[in-house]
Amino acid sequence: MAEAAIQIEDVSKRYLLGEHHGAHGTLSDAFGGSVRRLLGREPAHLPEIWSLRDVSFEVETGQALGVIGRNGAGKSTLLKLVTHITEPTSGVVRTRGRVGSLLEVGTGFHPELTGRENVYLNGAILGMRRSEVAQRFDEIAEFAGPQVRRFLETPVKRYSSGMYLRLAFAVAAHLDADIMAVDEVLAVGDAEFQRKCLGKMSSFEREGRTIVFVSHDLSAVAKLCPTAVWLDAGRIRGYGPSREVVDDYVAAGITPTAEREFSDRPDAPVAARSAAVRSAAGNAVASLARDEPFTLELRFVVRERVADLDFAVFMENLRGVRVLDEAWSETAVLERGAPGEYVARISVPPVLVVGDYVVGFWVGSAYDTLIYEEEALRLRLEGDAKGRRNRIVQLGLAWEVERVAEPRPSARRAEPLPRP
Amino acid sequence: MAAVAEQWRENRPTAGARVLRLGELWSYRELVYFLALRDVKSRYKQAFFGIGWTVFQPIVGVAIFTVVFRRLAEVPSEGVPYSVFALLGFVIWSYFAGSFGNASGSLVANASLVTKIYFPRLAAPIASLLPGLVHLTIGLALLSGLMALVGFVPSLAAPLLAVCVLWTMAVALGPGLLFATMNVKYRDVGAVAGFLTQLWFLASPVAYPSSLVPDAWRWAYAANPMVGVLDTARWAVLGTPRPGPEILVSLGVTLALLGLGLLYFQRTEREFADVI
Repeated sequence: MAEAAIQIEDVSKRYLLGEHHGAHGTLSDAFGGSVRRLLGREPAHLPEIWSLRDVSFEVETGQALGVIGRNGAGKSTLLKLVTHITEPTSGVVRTRGRVGSLLEVGTGFHPELTGRENVYLNGAILGMRRSEVAQRFDEIAEFAGPQVRRFLETPVKRYSSGMYLRLAFAVAAHLDADIMAVDEVLAVGDAEFQRKCLGKMSSFEREGRTIVFVSHDLSAVAKLCPTAVWLDAGRIRGYGPSREVVDDYVAAGITPTAEREFSDRPDAPVAARSAAVRSAAGNAVASLARDEPFTLELRFVVRERVADLDFAVFMENLRGVRVLDEAWSETAVLERGAPGEYVARISVPPVLVVGDYVVGFWVGSAYDTLIYEEEALRLRLEGDAKGRRNRIVQLGLAWEVERVAEPRPSARRAEPLPRP
Repeated sequence: MAAVAEQWRENRPTAGARVLRLGELWSYRELVYFLALRDVKSRYKQAFFGIGWTVFQPIVGVAIFTVVFRRLAEVPSEGVPYSVFALLGFVIWSYFAGSFGNASGSLVANASLVTKIYFPRLAAPIASLLPGLVHLTIGLALLSGLMALVGFVPSLAAPLLAVCVLWTMAVALGPGLLFATMNVKYRDVGAVAGFLTQLWFLASPVAYPSSLVPDAWRWAYAANPMVGVLDTARWAVLGTPRPGPEILVSLGVTLALLGLGLLYFQRTEREFADVI
């Protein structure tokens, strides 16, 4: 058995809400808070979230490990710990060798700099020396493709998003790291480039690099990684050969939830009351036939006037693809938001394919997020997939077919039918 | 790939102060260079006036100083032509104010890097001190032009100006680190830094000589580290009276603020990626 390159021992990571998720305080909040705490008027208590809980496993040198799980399961937190971006709340993460990240392609690119300058900048950000980048520059430009190579002296703000992506991936892919942390890089880019990236990643494996690959793309995980770990709400739910783990993950699916009540937060300016999936007859249902329309319903209460009140509902399939995302502001003019209780309903025509879906919603304004429930409801659409597993929507579009010409008689003469 | 025989690197919860990992910072020196280069290039590429602006700014600044401080307030200038006296102050002060502001915003400006990539966080505030050197160099070239024009010969100690520039960096970095760290949590800190810079300007001998301050107050006045920097720079280049022992106070305060800034930065560094 090969030696380990990554050891993760009883690792937990806690985030305090309010400190996290971009809610930045002001100085007076901080001073006010500490004064109140000193006076004993307010307990120092922030709601907390355990993003990872008692996670332990090892990754051998040269192994590719896939990490799967739903949104918020702790996958990205795990990568941030492996790459030493953040510290665990308890436990230890040990890594051996140089750790490189392939996180969100294009991080650290500057639009005003040319392609060439950005290659060097990005190389430096990823911890490469200038001489190393210079040595591999031609290789990097080659990988990025002829189109990018022609515009290396042009500021990247003039690049198409495809060119941008190619160049960014090319730099990261040529990073000489022993451990590569890869986060969802394949979610973008065209099919051909994705194939190229996958190819590059399997070559990392052949070169004996250790890879930790986080993805919603289950087939890519199964293809690239012999081993996978399944995280569920911060804990390890499965670990082993990736095909088995992926199968278990898909089979576990989701427990359908037709309706949900939310505990009230009396101090919040806007609070969610309930969310539900309703059939055409108005009953709360968690599973229904694929060809039936249904309604998504959201109840919330507004206590303080919110300028430009807006809300959105979205549905994701189990592969993490967002198949529906509708905001009120897309069809209405925002101005209301007077205090009161609201019910918002949206009817979904029967266009989605058979499968399990997670329904989430958001309430806020143009400036602020007030409620964000990523997984409010779980819905199952049943029926016959008709053998087409790869489509996301089934629109049942009508074909218009007519025969526009009959075979010409001359053609018939040229090839006489054989006589019996 | 070479056999992995390297040491384990641990990531575990830490509490309290951490050691300053200068060795690691040194190994990331190219990142510092490229972050600075990025700022320089983007600044001049986007600018409408380009380099012209960096020449225009000190000229207008000194013209205003001359009207306000020289003509209206009749401020003395230690026997040096006032324009030369004021331009040196203006150029050094601009470098300080710009660097302090950049350092204060350095973590927030690089938020996407901080949350997604590991690098020694100190690289960001340190890199933010470098782009201003371009401005400073142009300003000093302008100063030598002006000195040639009015026929003023620089003092022999002029090369000591380099030490003053390093000193200015230290003065900007100490409070810059404190503000950069607070900025991660509280975004209104940026406005406080701007206001502080304005007050600081009035408390520094930029447009007036520190000899205007009564002798009894000189020690207290020197607690402003920019007093030491500006007096030393003027002595070195223009041959104004040599600063007295009170510049040790300036130096001490500089080091104390730098130490405090580094300490606070190191203590809070581990939370940056979670909070920013």
